[in-house]
Amino acid sequence: MAQVKVVVVGNGMVGHHFVEQLRQKSENAMITVLSAEPRLAYDRVHLSEFFSGKTAEQLALTTEENYQRLNVDFHVNARVVKIDSEKKSVETQSGQVFEYDKLVLATGSYPFVPPIPGNNQEHCLVYRTIEDLEAIQASADCSKVGVVVGGGLLGLEAANALKQAGLKTHVVEFAPQLMGVQVDTRGGELLKAKIEELGVTVHTQKATQVIEAMETVKDSDSDCRYRMCFADGTHLDTDMILFSAGIRPSDNLAREFDIEIGERGGIVVNNQCQTSVQDIYAIGECALWNKFIFGLVAPGYTMARVVADNIMGGNEDFLGADMSTKLKLMGVDVGSIGDAHGRTAGALSYTYENQPKGIYKKIVVDANQQKLLGAVLVGDNGEYDTLLQYALNGIDLPESPESLILPSSSDAPLLGADSLPAEATICSCHNVSKGDIVNLIDQGTCELAEIKGCTKASTGCGGCTALLKNVVDTELEKRGVEVNKDLCEHFAYSRQDLFNLIKVQKIKSFDELLANHGKGAGCEICKPAVGSILASVWNEFVLKPEHVALQDTNDTYLANMQKDGTYSVVPRIAGGEITPEKLIVLGEVAKKYKLYTKVTGGQRIDLFGARVDQLPLIWEELLAAGFETGHAYAKSLRTVKSCVGSTWCRFGVQDSVGQAIDLENRYKGLRAPHKLKMAVSGCTRECAEAQSKDIGVIATENGWNLYVCGNGGMKPRHADLFATDLDTETLLKYIDRILMFYVRTADRLQRTSVWMDNMEGGLEYLQQVVIEDSLGLAEELENQMQHIVDSYQCEWKTAISTPTSKARFRQFVNSDKSDVNIMFIEERDQIRPATEAEKTKVMTSQSENDLLLEPQV
Amino acid sequence: MSEEWIQVCKKSDLVKNSGVCALVNDKQVALFCLPTGAANDAELKVVATSNWDPIGKANVLYRGLLGSKQLADSENDAMYFVASPLYKQRYCLETGRCIDSDEVAIDIHQVKLENDSLFVKLAG
Repeated sequence: MAQVKVVVVGNGMVGHHFVEQLRQKSENAMITVLSAEPRLAYDRVHLSEFFSGKTAEQLALTTEENYQRLNVDFHVNARVVKIDSEKKSVETQSGQVFEYDKLVLATGSYPFVPPIPGNNQEHCLVYRTIEDLEAIQASADCSKVGVVVGGGLLGLEAANALKQAGLKTHVVEFAPQLMGVQVDTRGGELLKAKIEELGVTVHTQKATQVIEAMETVKDSDSDCRYRMCFADGTHLDTDMILFSAGIRPSDNLAREFDIEIGERGGIVVNNQCQTSVQDIYAIGECALWNKFIFGLVAPGYTMARVVADNIMGGNEDFLGADMSTKLKLMGVDVGSIGDAHGRTAGALSYTYENQPKGIYKKIVVDANQQKLLGAVLVGDNGEYDTLLQYALNGIDLPESPESLILPSSSDAPLLGADSLPAEATICSCHNVSKGDIVNLIDQGTCELAEIKGCTKASTGCGGCTALLKNVVDTELEKRGVEVNKDLCEHFAYSRQDLFNLIKVQKIKSFDELLANHGKGAGCEICKPAVGSILASVWNEFVLKPEHVALQDTNDTYLANMQKDGTYSVVPRIAGGEITPEKLIVLGEVAKKYKLYTKVTGGQRIDLFGARVDQLPLIWEELLAAGFETGHAYAKSLRTVKSCVGSTWCRFGVQDSVGQAIDLENRYKGLRAPHKLKMAVSGCTRECAEAQSKDIGVIATENGWNLYVCGNGGMKPRHADLFATDLDTETLLKYIDRILMFYVRTADRLQRTSVWMDNMEGGLEYLQQVVIEDSLGLAEELENQMQHIVDSYQCEWKTAISTPTSKARFRQFVNSDKSDVNIMFIEERDQIRPATEAEKTKVMTSQSENDLLLEPQV
Repeated sequence: MSEEWIQVCKKSDLVKNSGVCALVNDKQVALFCLPTGAANDAELKVVATSNWDPIGKANVLYRGLLGSKQLADSENDAMYFVASPLYKQRYCLETGRCIDSDEVAIDIHQVKLENDSLFVKLAG
């Protein structure tokens, strides 16, 4: 094919996608990009992240170098002012003329500003480009109150930006509800309530009639800049106004040069995205297809692909697009699928509402209750992916469609990756179907990361990440790609194999194990795992030179790393019992080192914001006061929670506090495949919530009931009743055996619940091993536990008295300076890490240095 | 581009198979000590990188775990990497490339050991 000259007008997300698609299909096409904006394409979908510290560079979708590499001729600040369809050329503002064989209009849209008198004042802004955001930032810096006009998706995002900038924020919506396009009335009400809970005031059914400058308002004592007057006679005072009341297609150029325009704007295109004039195409938000403008990026990308294909001689069609959306607005899940409003003839709906939790779900099904037509989700998007697959692929609904949205209904059939047809869309941003993924795997691409790289799946909005992984895993498994139990590439053994090797061959170090049974140098997976096994078996000091390089950062520094690189410190408070004297010491240490203080769920006190070099100083003081390490940083026993028990409580039947303290002191420091939590309740009222722990003990009239393998967290699981009415001696024996059996046989990072569920025979088998000693292991397990108990040491005490270990607690080996990137802001009378935006602010305006609180002593 | 070798610390400040951090011309430099396979410590292989974790946005890379990854096209060659202690992304210690994301990378500085002293030449 001869070199085709393609001129693209506009370099937004869709224009840019077109360039990439065309170049992918043809190395020879001569591509010219003419952009009216001062910069090349950037990510408008994540524009609001500009306020949380993302820079224009980070939002960029391409660079000049990249376009040069792709051999794309590009011009910024080059607004096209003329199309000559006879000579087939366009002319820019500066008079430059470019000839084309094919012209692609990707001029996008502009924000609609309602024609309200006074809408053009200095602090009345829109939300569309990086330049807009810069203006909003500047305005917000000198404002206290902000109003967003428009309660749609973009409006709420804009409101979030204003709220983050610290403004008292209002949303004013003309319609009776928020997000009227995506959610139904009830969903809108709930969304409103949730957003108001977050401190944004929502005004619905408000028609703004005029925006008055405050100095022109008579008898006003408001110190705001503007007053918005509404049709119902009320008013709202504000310092700035952001219009986000929808978009309008940028179709002026086409209109001027006689390309057909829709009644209410938009460049009319057919299924190939061709306009009414030959060789001129329109894509994205400027294009009107079937009387519809698509305001989302995914349909625009599809149009871009269709045009690139057609120009290169293909015959792909654009046949509309799915407008389903899933997003988090100010932390509130909102999902909308297909016919959310149930407008299809004969449509029926099912709804579920949980007012206390603020959850609303509705599904719309066809008259025969066979297919899913649409859905609305507010407050919980958990079912979104599954529902979307039902809707997009026309999968037959289960017998009781309501099971799809009822909470933890055991009837809800799991829609596994296997049940999806090949044409099912997995990633709608990049139009990747299950078939595309299957093809790649057939061609030998087996790594998730590679599949992402090849298809770009899940690199758009990211909503399909979990589904993608599921499809890849399922397909690999189907192909018999061995789901191997090797710990990693360095050891062709499972964790249990390695445990046995270390124990039987008396291996004492990672290097020894690697030399005899592994290869390479180890990695972030096998090192901590082996470090943990060595500790479980030999219980040596974890910071010994031969062990220190194995530990995850939390174990290395015997504290918990937080997001800013500082650490939190949790001393042990066994059973949650603490003397006033010790409580005072914690307070004084926290005060001295300016630490943020919070009570944990495990009845301890967490001190946050300690720099790495402060840790030994803090611990010297804590140790002197009789505290010891709490192992909050380790995969080991964390706490034994307790209720106050029979000593004080009118209902308690046993001393739960005493029992909890004994248990905590017995098992503290036991390194395990995952963290371990325990609790002891003094009666069946179960105030210590023992049934949500790995080991739960509940007092009875006759002794103790033992519960095992429960956990809270992401997938909560109640513990199972293991044995009843035990005396303390038997109780300890059983716990010794259970824990040591777990330590020996579990996989890396496997919690007790999953460990037991995966064990053939489950609870019953565990009871046989522990109670009936069916494997003849009981004594060995007990002895092993006794060894751990006897060799316990407080790691902080050892660390501080070992000079080589202590020396590691510093930021720089060659300087006593502190990390200047660690900054704190005061909030509710304590410190918290500064956000990226706050740091930038401090860096750029030194005068605001008073914001900066360094944790100096 | 800085052209100077800057003396940074003693060999004994390094920790075998692990990392420390130094302040070089106000830049935070992570210094990693890789295993050489040699029986003694006479020859240390040291790598210097930027200490900034571009994804976690904190100066913490020196506290990451070191590891190796077999290169697909080679039997013996392995790539050494450091895994961020915050979110576990791995960075190649030869190129600075992030193995888990194409969007970020870390700087690699030149480094040399002379007698007992470690010198760094800052990149960029």
